[in-house]
Amino acid sequence: MDNLVEAKALTKHFGSFEAVRGIDVEVRRGEAFGFLGPNGAGKSSTMRMISCVSGRTGGELKVLGMDPGTEGPKIRARLGVVPQLDNLDTELTVRQNLQTYGRYFGMSRQKCRAKAEELLEFAHLTDRADHEVEPLSGGMKRRLTIARSLVNDPELLLLDEPTTGLDPQARHLLWDRLFRLKQDGVTLIITTHYMDEAEQLCDRLVVMDGGRIAAEGSPSELINRYSTREVLELRFQPGAQKPDLERFADRVEVLPDRLLLYTQDGEATLQRVHEHGVQPVQSLVRRSSLEDVFLRLTGRTLVD
Amino acid sequence: MQTLRASWFGFEKHWTWYRRNWRATVVSSFLTPVLFLLALGLGFGSQVQSTALIGGVPYLEYLAPALVVVTALQGATFESTYAIMSAFLWQKTYVGMVATPITPAQVLYGQMLWIGSQMFVRSAVFVGIAVVLGAAAGPGILVAIPVATVAALAFSAPLVAYSATLDKPDGFTTIFRFVMMPMTLFTGAFFPVSQLPDWLLPLVWLTPAWHGIELARGATFGTVGLLPALGHLVYLVALTAAGIALGVKFFHRRLAV
Repeated sequence: MDNLVEAKALTKHFGSFEAVRGIDVEVRRGEAFGFLGPNGAGKSSTMRMISCVSGRTGGELKVLGMDPGTEGPKIRARLGVVPQLDNLDTELTVRQNLQTYGRYFGMSRQKCRAKAEELLEFAHLTDRADHEVEPLSGGMKRRLTIARSLVNDPELLLLDEPTTGLDPQARHLLWDRLFRLKQDGVTLIITTHYMDEAEQLCDRLVVMDGGRIAAEGSPSELINRYSTREVLELRFQPGAQKPDLERFADRVEVLPDRLLLYTQDGEATLQRVHEHGVQPVQSLVRRSSLEDVFLRLTGRTLVD
Repeated sequence: MQTLRASWFGFEKHWTWYRRNWRATVVSSFLTPVLFLLALGLGFGSQVQSTALIGGVPYLEYLAPALVVVTALQGATFESTYAIMSAFLWQKTYVGMVATPITPAQVLYGQMLWIGSQMFVRSAVFVGIAVVLGAAAGPGILVAIPVATVAALAFSAPLVAYSATLDKPDGFTTIFRFVMMPMTLFTGAFFPVSQLPDWLLPLVWLTPAWHGIELARGATFGTVGLLPALGHLVYLVALTAAGIALGVKFFHRRLAV
């Protein structure tokens, strides 16, 4: 079995609201797979169906080769779930959180104790082991949540917005932990609305928008397919009339505060724009990113 | 079997918490009975003439088994409101639990198991204190322990189900004021319900408190017949079962949608 998740025409409705409108997804063993999209794109609803917590409205879904509708507990026994919002037991200690969670999977007390030690190490929380959870920092809580999700040695780890709300240092520490897991052969599914996170972590991803899949591929494939090599960003005085620069680039996106010129060579384009007498307040040449892919596909930016 | 095991793990989590925090709960579980028995039994009770209506027994002894029941009911009320809402909304511990093989129904069973055992312990402590203070009429008062537990569950189970439907805690104050307090005061703990106007009685009969008090006091003084005793017990168990059935539905709706 090479696909850990197989979804066909998967839908999820809440009353008359269609959160997921027929998506096809395959997640292969050992890869890091991403759902990239803005808030409300249907990422979390999809994750909840894959984690066998919420039932599907229509379509087909197989997780670890089984049907979540009938074999939920059996599948969940082999999954790890990192929810969008921490749901740690804040009145228990760090160590107790890991141990009680292990018990939920039916592990022996002895096994839970040993596993907790190992995970404390992994999450860099050994010196906090006997502290209550409540006063920990956001980054520490997040690390504990991830450690907790590994208590049953899951084959498939689901992470819903794992680094939202964390400072850059805490994010990088988390990414490092996730890389280690990937190296150990754990299959990861990640939702995020951060394109840098998706680029860093994901082998393959789908861009979701309005409950549908807008594109699928590796980050570099998507960038090649939907964007140019480089982007020239030009910033003008607020309220100033933005010049028409269509003929200098393959494509131009007009954002409220700046122009994005899609081009193979940003510096050369900037040169030509200057020669043309256009004087932006600020200019920046950068590589194309998934943000540009998203903008191209949906006409909107990822993070408002 | 699987269900029992999974529910047990939920119970265990509470036990882990309790082992760390039991000192904080001791105050209420020991102090409440002491204060109530001292003030109402020994203090106020010293001014109360025993009448045929209360069986001619000392007021303190009349009061004790009923107080076991109403104290358990009050304890259960608090356990079934904010604590439940927090597990859904604030701490979200239930959300974490259902990401494991544990199902929403098993989360509920574990919770009820915990509430029941806590109320059992609390009632046992109360009876112990009643014995020490000379408020126990006889060994029959021991029956008040399981009776108070069942009565507490009969109120707790529907209340837990209700708490599972709420998004904010505003409704709880209403329950404390207009359900819990009247149920404590007017269901026969402090005076016979025959003193109440007739039209109020059907309402009293609906409360788990009245059934629990009748049963606990009847057992203490040996005044309850087998058939009425069975009737009270069946009502309390049925209320518990109905509450749990509703709870299963609401827990599922809340956690698995």
